[in-house]
Amino acid sequence: MTTLDTVRPSRRGLLKGATGAVLLGFHLPSRHAAAQSAPASAPPELNAWVVIHPDDRVVLRMAKTEMGQGVRTGLAQMFAEEMHCDWSKLSTEYVTPGQSLARNRVWGNFLTAGSQGIRSSQEIVRKGGAAARMMLTQAAATRWGVPAGECSAKDSVITHSGSGRTLRYAEVVAEAARLTPPADVPLKDPQQWTVIGKPVSRLDTADKTTGKQVYGQDLRMPGMLVAVPRRCPVFGGTVKSFDAAAVSGKPGVRHVLKVGDSAVAVVADTFWQAKTALDALPVEWDTGENGRVSSETISAILDEGLTAPEAFIGNQQGDARAAIAGAARRIEATYSYPYQNHAPMEPMNATVVWTPTRCDVWCPTQNGEAALAAAAQAAGLPQTACDIHRVDLGGGFGRRTVHDWLADAILIARQVPGTPIKTMWTREEDMVQGRYHPVTKCRLVAGLDAENRIVGLHMRISGQSILSTAFPGGLQNGRDPVQFQGLNAGGAEGAIGYTFPNLLIDHAMRNPHVPAHFWRGVNHNQNAIYLECFLDEVAHATNQDPLALRRSLMANHPKHLAVLNAVAERIGWGSPAPAGVHRGLAQQMGFGSYVAAAAEVSVERGELKVHRIVAATDCGHAVNPRQIEMQVEGSFVYGLSAMLYGACTVKDGAIEQTNFDTYNVMRLGEMPKVETIILPSGGFWGGVGEPTIMVAAPAVLNAVFAGTGRRIRDMPLGDQLRQRG
Amino acid sequence: MATLNINGRSVQVDADPETPLLWAIREHIGLTGTKYGCGIAQCGACTVHLDGVAVRSCALPLSAVAEDQKILTIEGLSPDGTHPLQVAWRALDVPQCGFCQSGMIMAAAALLAEKPRPTDEDINEAITNICRCGTYNRVRAGIRQAALGGTAG
Repeated sequence: MTTLDTVRPSRRGLLKGATGAVLLGFHLPSRHAAAQSAPASAPPELNAWVVIHPDDRVVLRMAKTEMGQGVRTGLAQMFAEEMHCDWSKLSTEYVTPGQSLARNRVWGNFLTAGSQGIRSSQEIVRKGGAAARMMLTQAAATRWGVPAGECSAKDSVITHSGSGRTLRYAEVVAEAARLTPPADVPLKDPQQWTVIGKPVSRLDTADKTTGKQVYGQDLRMPGMLVAVPRRCPVFGGTVKSFDAAAVSGKPGVRHVLKVGDSAVAVVADTFWQAKTALDALPVEWDTGENGRVSSETISAILDEGLTAPEAFIGNQQGDARAAIAGAARRIEATYSYPYQNHAPMEPMNATVVWTPTRCDVWCPTQNGEAALAAAAQAAGLPQTACDIHRVDLGGGFGRRTVHDWLADAILIARQVPGTPIKTMWTREEDMVQGRYHPVTKCRLVAGLDAENRIVGLHMRISGQSILSTAFPGGLQNGRDPVQFQGLNAGGAEGAIGYTFPNLLIDHAMRNPHVPAHFWRGVNHNQNAIYLECFLDEVAHATNQDPLALRRSLMANHPKHLAVLNAVAERIGWGSPAPAGVHRGLAQQMGFGSYVAAAAEVSVERGELKVHRIVAATDCGHAVNPRQIEMQVEGSFVYGLSAMLYGACTVKDGAIEQTNFDTYNVMRLGEMPKVETIILPSGGFWGGVGEPTIMVAAPAVLNAVFAGTGRRIRDMPLGDQLRQRG
Repeated sequence: MATLNINGRSVQVDADPETPLLWAIREHIGLTGTKYGCGIAQCGACTVHLDGVAVRSCALPLSAVAEDQKILTIEGLSPDGTHPLQVAWRALDVPQCGFCQSGMIMAAAALLAEKPRPTDEDINEAITNICRCGTYNRVRAGIRQAALGGTAG
């Protein structure tokens, strides 16, 4: 039998070059997998999840992708919890989607997004670990001729309680692998966990401190060429003409190519040669109708949607319109949120070897299976003739769940058959060919009774639907359910934390031509600003304490309330803040978790300084508190970067921001102190990579209002505080 | 043909003089720990030392680097990953995706070489590298720990 190990090219093929750089082996074992026989020394596969080497190393196979969020370590903890293996000898490797296809998707879904890494695979991974332990224990018991119930396992060693005899996992793995996997795999009660819940160090830190960690950008193969593409900067536009002869004689240039209908590329010996030639390449684009679109025209379309009669309903309780019409007082406000680019530190790239019968790809992707489907389509080959060999990501944030860049890389490699082609985007290409956080506006109207109680709330969202671009199949009779994240009446993903006697949340879908996509935090980012800042407005307009107003609406939402109370208590809500410092609050539920934040800020001469943030998270089960802290801290950087600076604007159909000089992000010196409170209430599995982003901006914006009386309703903040209010 | 002194050895690089040092390091010499992030000296992922000073190699043409100037990359920072910053980075789990971390560490190493006990303001001024995962607070803690000789957090 050919074990999986023999068809694993991504790591096996890595060779150390003379300079210390990592080279990919010229041989691509997957191409020849069927012809290969397993080497005699190949360690046996115990089950799909795990290989145990003779020296006791345990290798866990992973379908999810590591992009910094710590999923490698978290999955390993869950696996080790049940397998009882020696943590110090545990490592991981990626399986390929091709292997998964061939084995009936034994590793489950590869999608690593939506803060799903842990929660969507916790059961299958824990059961994989438990089944491995049961089979190993049974094998030892059989060898000893004793009941398995008399044997226990710890740190990769099985002990027979009666005789004290021991066997290492590695000594019985061959016999264990021949056993029928157990049908019934009981899992530990959370009370018994000893690895899950511990702040263990990451498994992948060391190589990230020495430069040894290999990213897609770093891949090298003998004979490899580098391609740098440029796609029509106006989405939907095409190549009218280009003058290849003008640059084909430049140093190192091998090919000047058209890529599909909409892009060109220069293939050269090095990136710098390709980029330099591409910059000099004359290209004429046909931008079509979209070339007339601007941020102003998009804004006008969204404005129309704010009061349009037709809209998709997201959450409806009672009759909000009637309640507001009959209310003693109305408060209303309109907010807006712009396009954002994911801007991961590593621009898009993929290394491809295409032949008429086979296509292999090495790339950073958040979804190996989707990458395989995209690759096969672009390669003109069946999925069984293609595979995706993953490397860790230099950031993902949702951008690497969609594979437009990979399809183009394959269309380039198809024109240079048999030659490894590394296609690398410039930062400029990455900025203008993004898949953007959608643009929306929101008009909120609250009706109050004579005692200033909210009797009705209408929240009208106008703007772009992600699913319409990213996954039209997910639309429900045209309605995009993702639009209402955090505003839903219930559910595990994003339930509103307030009860209003009458409520209407609806969405006038208006889709400009700029492609929208999932962006860390997704629609929670703006939905939380809209609702949490508007409630703050209502509180201040009616002389109510913002915390007290929220609490009055949260009696039916104890988990939302618990995290809000936790941050309020820790920040000292209700007690005086330091001189010149002002506080703001926000809470939201999303990605299965409940989060809240309290911020302390000061504003002097229009300059905002965020001093301190307290964040609370209830993610049900907390797998690794240290990782959660890291994700919470990082969420503030991502969320506040967008709030402070982030905006992609449109001119003549194209995105105007081309690099970090015009798409600024937060730096170290702006970073507040972050105190993380983890409140795992148990009984469910929530995400942690994204939820805290939801509350970062509204907590700070509410603090800004407390300090200045300025209500910031249009993101980003930019220089609004320096302008006269 | 340019001659570079990199990580203590002299290497010949057959590249156009206008080629940024970053690409000579990555593509000609084959040291890929130094990253391309922006190409316009904004993000700092390409930070290396030139005669002990942190520079952004993506915007520094080979023609501006003299033969006797000492270039240090992340691969040359310590022979075995035991520079105090690398030790602190591992102790605190500073990196997330890790892509920016070579540049972060090189920027921090230049800071510590100049100011062994940097203040918070010193750190703010010296570390302007971009990290999208958001490791800033741990970067600061790592620098502090390294400055204290790895004895405190």
